Amino acid sequence: MIELTPGPLSPERCIEAVRQRGAGGIVTFIGTVRDVSEGRRVEFLEYEAYEPMAMDKIRQVVDEVRARWPVDGIALQHRVGRLEIGDDAVVVAVSCPHRAEAFEACRYAIDRLKEIVPIWKKEHAEDGSFWVGGPITATSSLAPEPD
Amino acid sequence: MIVSVLLFAAYREIVGQSRIELNLPEGATAEDVYDQLQTGHPRLRDARASTTFAVNRQVVDPEYTLHGGDEVALLQPASGGSR
Repeated sequence: MIELTPGPLSPERCIEAVRQRGAGGIVTFIGTVRDVSEGRRVEFLEYEAYEPMAMDKIRQVVDEVRARWPVDGIALQHRVGRLEIGDDAVVVAVSCPHRAEAFEACRYAIDRLKEIVPIWKKEHAEDGSFWVGGPITATSSLAPEPD
Repeated sequence: MIVSVLLFAAYREIVGQSRIELNLPEGATAEDVYDQLQTGHPRLRDARASTTFAVNRQVVDPEYTLHGGDEVALLQPASGGSR
């Protein structure tokens, strides 16, 4: 199960999606919105995706995980749009026959997702807002240029 | 030839549009798209080194030769999920 959605995520649904009779371990990762980032008080976040490519890349992550570990089930949900403090931004659930491989596979999935899936995060903090990532985002005040 | 350029996140905010059509000479490359955009939006200069290009959803080299109708996306390093 993979989803990119503006609505609330469901860790429970991800877990149920990977629960299988042969799977002895289910590991989940839930990424949530923190109220502080590098000492700045965050008010809310905005996630923007290049959706068709993001779905392609999430499928690639799933394929890579399945090629490396004996995965029974894998579910991946990512939120887009505006998120409030405490909201779930991403959920990964992986089931495997044994716990060691489930932990490894889940860790790989979330790390790889962050590396290759084109989804960007904008932090709206008390002292300004900026896109997290490359140098274009390191400075704040990214208002559009005047025409 | 006409290509579509998809702009997300900071690129979208700097350029002020999420999608634009560019008329480029035959043989133009992905990085030629950036050069042309940068002419009108000099603030894009700082992001050139960290930009990855995707053509029709596939990551390509900056020297990739474009074809009419291609969809070129400018991508900053992804930040998906929480840190």
